[in-house]
Amino acid sequence: MPITPEEIAELKEHAWQLRRDIIDVTEWAGGAHIGGGLSIADILVILYFKYLHIDPTQPELANRDRLIVSKGHAGVAIAPVLARRGYFSFDLLSEFNKFKSPFGMHLDSMKVKGVDASTGSLGHGLPMALGLALGARLQQQNWTTYCVLGDGECNEGTIWEAAMAASHFKVTNLITIVDRNQLMIDGPTEEVMSLEPFADKWRAFGFLVQEVDGHDFNALAGAIDYAHEQQEAPVVIIAKTVKGKGVEYMENDVKWHYGSMNSVLAHRARQSVDALYGKA
Amino acid sequence: MGAETGTTWTVYDANKMTGAEIYGEVLCQLGEQHPKIVGLSADLANSTKIGKFQQKFPDRFFNVGIAEQNMFGIAAGLARSGLTPFVSTMAVFTSLRAAEQVRTDICYQNLNCKIIATHGGISFGTAGSTHQAHEDLAIMRSFPNMTVIVPADGIETANAVRACLDHPGPVYIRVGRGFEPTYYKSEDYGYEIGRAVTINEGTDLTIICCGVAVLQAAEAAAILEREDGLRVRVLDLHTIKPIDEQAVLSAVTDTRRILTVEEHSVLGGLGSAVADVIAASGKGCAFEKIGVPDQFCLVGYPEDLYAHYGLDCNGILTKVREIMGRDFEEDEDWEDEV
Repeated sequence: MPITPEEIAELKEHAWQLRRDIIDVTEWAGGAHIGGGLSIADILVILYFKYLHIDPTQPELANRDRLIVSKGHAGVAIAPVLARRGYFSFDLLSEFNKFKSPFGMHLDSMKVKGVDASTGSLGHGLPMALGLALGARLQQQNWTTYCVLGDGECNEGTIWEAAMAASHFKVTNLITIVDRNQLMIDGPTEEVMSLEPFADKWRAFGFLVQEVDGHDFNALAGAIDYAHEQQEAPVVIIAKTVKGKGVEYMENDVKWHYGSMNSVLAHRARQSVDALYGKA
Repeated sequence: MGAETGTTWTVYDANKMTGAEIYGEVLCQLGEQHPKIVGLSADLANSTKIGKFQQKFPDRFFNVGIAEQNMFGIAAGLARSGLTPFVSTMAVFTSLRAAEQVRTDICYQNLNCKIIATHGGISFGTAGSTHQAHEDLAIMRSFPNMTVIVPADGIETANAVRACLDHPGPVYIRVGRGFEPTYYKSEDYGYEIGRAVTINEGTDLTIICCGVAVLQAAEAAAILEREDGLRVRVLDLHTIKPIDEQAVLSAVTDTRRILTVEEHSVLGGLGSAVADVIAASGKGCAFEKIGVPDQFCLVGYPEDLYAHYGLDCNGILTKVREIMGRDFEEDEDWEDEV
């Protein structure tokens, strides 16, 4: 599915909306994992508005594509994209984090329509996504499972257990995308626990690797299309991203892994996002 | 008699086959009727006997290697895709190594995942504490949505494995190493998840037990009747959760003395579950627990360990006589407490 300039323009509108939404929800929630939410915004937008075969009016449709966002702390980005895609009203997100709300910072698949797995404890998403992919293959279903990983999350041994198994079982209906934003809570990934040579690690585990700019829809589309075509081995897309992308004062600043904004900072954040998309 | 399969496990079968082998066989039968059943193991397909299912349905079986956390995550995904995974590995790795996957991936999402945990308790006593599992019931029963079953023997395991298919949501079935002697003569005794089986009637004292302790308690009850003239009720409380509260409450009012026996720590297992029910009832009751004390176990063959920790017939006899020897009936408050 090559991407057209019109599609890119449309996706950019969604991306602008999502970044504005993330700021709103962070404000309503009294704080959220905003940095890592902003870094996967474009990945979520291209999946939800171009690739995922889903029907929000039938959230449990048997042959829908599945998406597990293993970095479950990005709930602040997933909930609004689900709302904008039509699973539920965006206004419900004003209840984020509130008493008895269906929306906590790590989304519960039993409470939030459109969420395919309850994630948040890191390292759990890829094994579950692999189970979904094996289940689809066994039942001769042609839907695709997507899994979005954080890069810091790849310190977890279960990621590599699942990677080993995905390649052993020659799973090709699973597309893994790593949000390579280079930061984790305590600092740069390469200082806390180095991942490099990251692409080589995935190759050594039997994956075909695509390294792309995770904020470039054209590049992401090319990598996802490539992943769909492969029949021999699983594919991982290492999406090079910027933590906090779109809010200038948050970008590449480790302190915005989780944060809350006063009204002045929220205003500046919106101005920054608007400027990025020429909406100023 | 397994109504669905038309197969009966006679005592002959049970003597010929270990409990774990019966489980493997039953799963094969179920696999024929239920194409959605898939099997998983972590390099223990043969030890856990799920390998029988693998031989019969190689396409529906995943050996994930020595990676239990990954296995339970994969099982969650398979269940999410509409399949019914049966997952087998040792109890110690299920309840400890992969505890978070069992809790967060399977129980939190209330997935239809059936776990057959083998080598439970101290049945693999010679392996030492790295492989013994006397904390698993405490851990598993604390997970919301989880059903916890400890069958008495291979025949009850067959019943439990069949019954769990019609019991939606996660189920933890804990069996031994597979060499345990059999109590039940056939499958035909009205097995039902959540309902204790009264295997001996009595009014003097109730032994509430599960797993290998059931056979020992039954033998002890026969001896106590013959030698001491005591009528001891014995309940096979195979389902630890949800617990059969009515059976426990009846034991409190009918016998006023309860002894629990389990191949598990005295902290958090069957004894604790029974104690919760008794305490909540507000009724007085003499109560003792036999189990593994709060310490890591000795090394040894299971029979030796059962004898050491008082889980065998002799241990039960000693404890029952001790409880019966107490003169709490002379306590003037007793009547008020009952």
